[in-house]
Amino acid sequence: MEPVVCEKLTKRYGEVVAVQDLDLVVRAGEVYGFLGPNGAGKTTTLRMLLGLVRPTGGKVLLHGRPPGDLSGVGAMIEGPAFYPYLSGRDNLRVLASYAGVEARRIDVVLDLVDLAARSRHKYATYSLGMKQRLGVAAALLKDPTLLILDEPTNGLDPAGMADMRALIRRLGAAGSTVLISSHLLAEVSQICDRVGIIARGQLIEENSVAELRGAAGLRIQATPVEHAASWLRLVLGTAAVTVVDGGLDVTVDPARAGEINESLVKAGVSVSELRPRERDLEQVFLELTGGESNGR
Amino acid sequence: MVGSFRAELVKLTKRPAVWLLLGIALALGALFAYVIPYLGATTGTAGPTADRGLAAVLPASIVGNTLAGYPVFLGALLVVLGVLFVGGEYGWGAWKTVLTQGPSRGAVLAGKLSVLTLAALGFVLAIFLMGTVASLLIAAAEDASMTFPSAFDILRGIGAGWLIATMWTMFGAVLGILLRGVALAVGLGLVWMLVVQNLISELAAPLLPWVDSAQRGLPGPGAGSLVSSLGAPVGTPGVEAVLSGGPATVVVAAYLVGFVALGAVVLRRRDIL
Repeated sequence: MEPVVCEKLTKRYGEVVAVQDLDLVVRAGEVYGFLGPNGAGKTTTLRMLLGLVRPTGGKVLLHGRPPGDLSGVGAMIEGPAFYPYLSGRDNLRVLASYAGVEARRIDVVLDLVDLAARSRHKYATYSLGMKQRLGVAAALLKDPTLLILDEPTNGLDPAGMADMRALIRRLGAAGSTVLISSHLLAEVSQICDRVGIIARGQLIEENSVAELRGAAGLRIQATPVEHAASWLRLVLGTAAVTVVDGGLDVTVDPARAGEINESLVKAGVSVSELRPRERDLEQVFLELTGGESNGR
Repeated sequence: MVGSFRAELVKLTKRPAVWLLLGIALALGALFAYVIPYLGATTGTAGPTADRGLAAVLPASIVGNTLAGYPVFLGALLVVLGVLFVGGEYGWGAWKTVLTQGPSRGAVLAGKLSVLTLAALGFVLAIFLMGTVASLLIAAAEDASMTFPSAFDILRGIGAGWLIATMWTMFGAVLGILLRGVALAVGLGLVWMLVVQNLISELAAPLLPWVDSAQRGLPGPGAGSLVSSLGAPVGTPGVEAVLSGGPATVVVAAYLVGFVALGAVVLRRRDIL
């Protein structure tokens, strides 16, 4: 049973379409990155998964069940939200009561997010990073097999971000299925097994990080560059060669590097560098999303 | 449901604002139901309520005297309690945190409203205890009778107070849900309690016969009539005898049920944003 299945999921607010015909499957045990610019529909989708927002159309199944039954599912949506007059520990105590979880889980999750030392202090006195960690602790209370985290590193300093990513990777390695949303490419590429890219409410690409990045060809530094370019255009076709920053980006199987090198040398070109060129993820992202932020 | 009740109980009892409201209710109740009438009866000059005299603040009058505050000023504090307890979830964005732990909206609301009902009882008992202590102190100081009403009258009074107090907290709760927050809900709730109710009963009802009949179906006059039937002195703001005890109880109970039903329906249907 797949932990998350969305079919043709749609949410409209009047005329505004927040999510449209979204098909999404998260497989058991994977860390899935839900990537998109601000306002693309990520949070609305996650809210529909959790039953907070009712879809206008389509279907959602968590562990094969319609939203409403959240046993085995932990989540933090759009930043942490707790009771400021309670301590971190009391906040978790309250949530453990709602969840029907034994109180001893509280110490376990506080340790997991490294918040035990400050757990008796009022939530109102916490830094943004501590609030975020308490949010993750709350999401882990049920020892979930499916963890849904919406922008979990928002507001964290670099060390906090690294800790959070390490925690998510640990959870993934321990067999939990994790669905995280993010607008940070680097983050997703570090943590996730697979990535879905959403823009304007639609899933526009779904792939593994490696496939998304892809080995797209060769980067060549050669002189004279114009001569090299025209020679390669002759050999590989016009569309395969572009001159970028005084070098050549060539769309060709990187395994042909030796052959290309030999051919260039024979043509009287001096080659100073020749290496496989990975697609820049940011470039991929901007191409796919049309380079826009829907945050407005 | 049991888990939600436990969670809500922790949230209520650990919230400083709740104790502040109770403290204010006790202080104002003691001041306006006992201290000022007592000083008026013993040292004051002729005023609108001077004729009540010492009898109004002695133990024999405890039921009516402590109930007199519920139609308006204690009621207003209870509306604030209801709004804070439910509207706060929107203000802090905590609904999503609570609901993603798994309980249904119905279970959370049931837990919340049960705890509010219990809080209303605690509130009524605390006010009654304050009245007991104050009236005994006055009776001792004036060497007057320390006889309390019968146990039945006392229980009936506490029951009526509880019913009205719960109705007002539910009014606050439903305002919190409808307006998804605290500020506007408290503001509009208090405008209704302190301004609109008065305008209707003091200004509109004497002028227009149909307003006079319609106001019998409103919660404030219902509460005012109920406490009046149990001995609350007419002339206290909000205390009026537009209905007899039985119909007044029905009106107050109907609003209580109506507020709960409306809150439940709206919370169930709306998206949690």
